[in-house]
Amino acid sequence: MAYSEKVIEHYENPRNVGTLDKNSEDVGTGLVGAPACGDVMKLQIKVVDGIITDAKFKTFGCGSAIASSSLVTEWVKGMSVDKAMELKNSMIAEELNLPPVKIHCSVLAEDAIKAAIADYKKKKEAQKG
Amino acid sequence: MAVKVPIFMDNHSTTPVDPRVLDAMLPYFRDDFGNAASRNHVFGWKAEKAVELAREQVGALIGASAKEMVWTSGATESINLALKGAAEFYKEKGNHIITGQTEHKATLDTCKRLEKLGCEVTYLPVDKEGLISAQQVADAITDKTILVALMAANNEIGSVHPVNEIGAAIKSKKKDVLFFVDAVQAAGKVPFDVNEAKCDLAAVSAHKIYGPKGVGALYVRRKPRVRLVEQIDGGGHERGMRSGTLNVPGIVGFGKAAELSRTEMADEAKRLSGLRDRLLKYLQTNLKEVHINGSWEHRLPGNLNVSFAYVEGEGLMMALKDVAVSSGSACTSASLEPSYVLRALGVGEEMAHSSIRFGIGRFNTEEEIDYVGKHVVEAVNRLREMSPLWEMVQEGIDLKSIQWAAEH
Repeated sequence: MAYSEKVIEHYENPRNVGTLDKNSEDVGTGLVGAPACGDVMKLQIKVVDGIITDAKFKTFGCGSAIASSSLVTEWVKGMSVDKAMELKNSMIAEELNLPPVKIHCSVLAEDAIKAAIADYKKKKEAQKG
Repeated sequence: MAVKVPIFMDNHSTTPVDPRVLDAMLPYFRDDFGNAASRNHVFGWKAEKAVELAREQVGALIGASAKEMVWTSGATESINLALKGAAEFYKEKGNHIITGQTEHKATLDTCKRLEKLGCEVTYLPVDKEGLISAQQVADAITDKTILVALMAANNEIGSVHPVNEIGAAIKSKKKDVLFFVDAVQAAGKVPFDVNEAKCDLAAVSAHKIYGPKGVGALYVRRKPRVRLVEQIDGGGHERGMRSGTLNVPGIVGFGKAAELSRTEMADEAKRLSGLRDRLLKYLQTNLKEVHINGSWEHRLPGNLNVSFAYVEGEGLMMALKDVAVSSGSACTSASLEPSYVLRALGVGEEMAHSSIRFGIGRFNTEEEIDYVGKHVVEAVNRLREMSPLWEMVQEGIDLKSIQWAAEH
């Protein structure tokens, strides 16, 4: 199975690889997938005044998984948290031309951003508490 | 010397045709195109003579006589014919078949089919090296057992099974149990002899030994005579066991390939194991957590199957775009399950996902080994920098302590 050009481009030049301080109160961290399944994504966002100002990822997985998480970090930067919640895996799959067997990579990327947002919101709730 | 890319290092999947094999084949496409079954003219005689020479050559590779070799379209057909043909012919004697969990799909799926037809099949587990012992096989034999079907060497992890001991154990436990050996990966790579293995049936394939695709053979013992029910009906070729016009050029190529493998096996094994050891040494010197899958001692000379912890196999192969290798990662298969062979050894699923199989062959050079080693190290380092698992391990987090999502 050949990879789409966009997958290859993201795989070879991944955007926003790295780590944010997971203990910072402005940072939300999502860790999804499982090593036994062959895919683990860690996606982090930094939020200032409801806007995602930075995003970083690290992914254990195939080229499509790496490309999906790279793409999501690129997309969400500058986006409001509310808007980022609306991201759908189908948008990722379409942008990267993922074949059916790789759709789960885009699902995982959607799960990762949602988990990061949930983690951020939980921190905020705890602060209010 | 500059290395020419892409580099083919997947010689368990197939091999390039040796130029000497191709030269032997060409006349049988051009002038000597006759049907080996044509008994009444010179075209047929020439084809028949060539086929009979090849029968001797392929037989000699596994210590068999020419008369015991049946031509097929490849090892999958040989395996189907052996298992289905024997199960059908000997059904009055019993219905129990013994095989192994790490066998090739051609054997496992044929066994599944036979189960539907009323056979009972025992799938023997392997130890952590991928091996099955003679004692295990003997213990599994019952008064209903008619056939034991096992491979001489595994296609993924290259483990070489003690088929000679297994054959002896089978025959001393119950003499009339047939022993079928899938010798596809072993023949021409490590010594394998049908008489030393005391086997009754054995499958071999041309394209694994630098011959053409689409040609295989089944060894069928004559003394004592082994009977099979034919699975393809037609003109009664191949002693009635496999009808169909013979693929004469392919068979000629198989014969030449077998002769070359037989005469060059010892030297080639030494060279390939040297290259393999060189590659492993480089990888282990330059990377942490490189785990060997399968037995190191009982292993095909050209096989190196390793897991690079915290890096996913398909992602790694994508980085090695100039190098053709193979992975036990689920992502490389349609099933989304990681290699059943590695899992049978007890390799964890995450390590199975991280496995790469290097299949080093006749035409690989030391320069290629060094190129591959260098690129693998670079790619693993790059992907580990990108791996959340690697990061967690560096931070001292035990990955087993994490509650991972259960679904795939």
